[in-house]
Amino acid sequence: MSSQDKLTDTVGADTQSTQDARMGEGADNRFNSPLRKALGSSPFILTKFDKFMNWVRGSSMFMLQFGIACCSIEMMHTYSVKHDLDRFGAGVPRASPRQADVIIVPGTIVSKFAPRMKRVYDQMPEPKFVVGMGSCTISGGPFQEGYNVIKGAEEVIPVDIHIPGCPPRPEALVYGIAKLQERVANGESAPVTVKPYELEEFGDLERDELVEKLADQIDHDDLVMRYNWVDSP
Amino acid sequence: MSLEEPGTRDVGLTKAGEVNYDELEALLGDAVLGRETHLNAEAFVIRPDAVQDTLSTLKEEAGFDFLNCVTAQEYQDRYETIYHMTKYDDRTQEVGVVVPTSKDDPVSESAEPVFRTADWHEREAYDLVGIEYADHPDLRRILLPETWQGHPLSMDYDQTKPQIVTLRENKNPLQEDQRLNDDSDTMLLNIGPHHPATHGVLHVEATLDGEQVADVEPDIGYIHRCEEQMCQQGTYRHQIMPYPDRWDWGGAGLLNEWAYARTAEELADIDVPEYAQVVRTMSAELSRILSHMLAVAAYALDTIGDFTATFMYGMQDREVVQNILEDLTGQRLMFNYFRLGGVAWDLPEPREEFFEKIRAFIDDLPEKLEEYHNLLTSNEIMQVRTVDTGYLDPEVAKNYGATGPVARGSGIDYDVRRDDPYGYYDKLDWDVVTEDGGDNYARLLVRLQEVEESAKIINQCVDLLEDWPEEDRTIQANVPRTIKPEPDTEVYKSVEAAKGELGIYIRSDGTDSPARFKIRGGSFSNLQTLPEMAEGEYIADLIASLGSLDTIMGEVDR
Repeated sequence: MSSQDKLTDTVGADTQSTQDARMGEGADNRFNSPLRKALGSSPFILTKFDKFMNWVRGSSMFMLQFGIACCSIEMMHTYSVKHDLDRFGAGVPRASPRQADVIIVPGTIVSKFAPRMKRVYDQMPEPKFVVGMGSCTISGGPFQEGYNVIKGAEEVIPVDIHIPGCPPRPEALVYGIAKLQERVANGESAPVTVKPYELEEFGDLERDELVEKLADQIDHDDLVMRYNWVDSP
Repeated sequence: MSLEEPGTRDVGLTKAGEVNYDELEALLGDAVLGRETHLNAEAFVIRPDAVQDTLSTLKEEAGFDFLNCVTAQEYQDRYETIYHMTKYDDRTQEVGVVVPTSKDDPVSESAEPVFRTADWHEREAYDLVGIEYADHPDLRRILLPETWQGHPLSMDYDQTKPQIVTLRENKNPLQEDQRLNDDSDTMLLNIGPHHPATHGVLHVEATLDGEQVADVEPDIGYIHRCEEQMCQQGTYRHQIMPYPDRWDWGGAGLLNEWAYARTAEELADIDVPEYAQVVRTMSAELSRILSHMLAVAAYALDTIGDFTATFMYGMQDREVVQNILEDLTGQRLMFNYFRLGGVAWDLPEPREEFFEKIRAFIDDLPEKLEEYHNLLTSNEIMQVRTVDTGYLDPEVAKNYGATGPVARGSGIDYDVRRDDPYGYYDKLDWDVVTEDGGDNYARLLVRLQEVEESAKIINQCVDLLEDWPEEDRTIQANVPRTIKPEPDTEVYKSVEAAKGELGIYIRSDGTDSPARFKIRGGSFSNLQTLPEMAEGEYIADLIASLGSLDTIMGEVDR
């Protein structure tokens, strides 16, 4: 289904289309240009505003230039010649999170980096989308058993698309982005932000043994993340 | 060298030019408690309060001017720090210095005043194992967050403990004035950990005085994914090999695999068939080209913002090499192709087509390199940004244990491929590239020229492989299904990886997985030189210097 089809305010399949009605009996080839076919005979496009916005959103995505580990090399290859993600309207990486719609998380997230990634995600304007690239963002991948490794990006930020692979091939990333675009164009806006791993102020933490121990090292207002390795998947 | 200090070079050497450990032991005097034999060299066990004396004696009098690696580990009854020392002039001459400390009071003297490189190595040892170093200028955690509880590679560490990680540095940067205090004009600038110019997740705290850099401190650990723990959990035969690929994701995976293969083959006493050595050499050099192409492409992006030409050219050439390596290994980036005792499988059929592909790439390479030189090295903007910026003095570089293109860009003629030969390198005709400049430009030149040398090596390997008799193509030696080296065998071996010398220390405990697996990443030592290069220069040159080091954070943080 092309995106134009979704845009027109189509009537039911069994009724006569506007174009057919206009053309009446006997084909008049002058009206049969492909553009006419796509838009109907009316020079106006009737669509709902948010439907239009979704189409716009899906067709022009600004990615965040965000490299973490091995996958970022394949991500660079996806952006540059040969694979050229820009063909799909999602190709120019933005250096600032404040200008980006999509963050591709390309690599292992470790405890020290998780709060920073959360901060970068929080700085992106809504609606925002997350593509988890590679096994590490799904489950921690080959490093899952590590003492320092966060077991998947979903522990920190909500992820829309998971792309498996270690690292995924550029084709896989392109497919993942295309899927995301399709979903966005179909009306998915920024997901309900489930934040399983929230930044808190240190002073608000429950005073358990660990918090007591750290109390004189950490400022009350400092943001902290608590990670419970037992409960994590 | 010997002209300046006649005779001093010969201390601790036999007539045949090998290390005379008895003489060294006598030289060190009563600091020595005993001797240990590691597979690569003898090691002296010394008193924990005599580290500086011992190391400086070895450095000044016996010429061991290269502190290659510092390994820390915990035994049932003691902690131990091993200083692996060697010489820039002769890599085959090695000596280990073992410093045991007691369990209740794990304090030993720091080697930092003798070798600057010990600074980060000892901080890492403190962070992960929990040994403390007296006299260390700045002993705090380096890889893990400062609030971390426990030392993860020590024996009593409980991995299921909850942890709290702070987000301190970057909290609301707009709220407070970033100046350190009212009197000074300096400003603190955070670069990273998410920044396009830091090549991954490196955090650089730069203190600026106007536009000049007054102080730089790299803050690492944002991709510390427990590689050493992972390798200690895996079995020698198959489970460790995939990890080295992931230490250097710039494409140098095969070189890193070779580091593990070389160490484990030394440990388990495996000989690699000659045919497999040639295949290894060829594929490893393709891997080096892959890595250097990325370095050059990214450097163009860093310094002259060249995203559209050089960067894309670099990526295009990488695609060609990646295709070749994919034909060979089945993977684009994480090759996992080497096995202990050889390689996983033979060259793809039809062989002629495969060779043709490589030849086509090698034949096109001079023209492509010409293009790189036109775009980069003869580009005036590039020259202005790189010539005479980020100067690294050779003596300083040695003090920091710099290796690879960084050392060779400072005129240090050191390359493990030639100095401690492995694989097929010693039977091929190629040169070690050095540049005397010591600046960013020299390091860029070294990388571009090393691509040429790699092409030379690949060409010779293809010649050899084309004529290799069909009945003699053994790709793997006979290796037992389970490898269980003798308990308490220790070995430290290294190879020339893309970024520098990549060393691995393994101690076995009689089981089929290592008791201690320590990685010496070339970038880890190279990155330490950044303050030396950047301080006093402009902030823009800091970015150029950082790019010219071509650090890969997977190797720094491991």
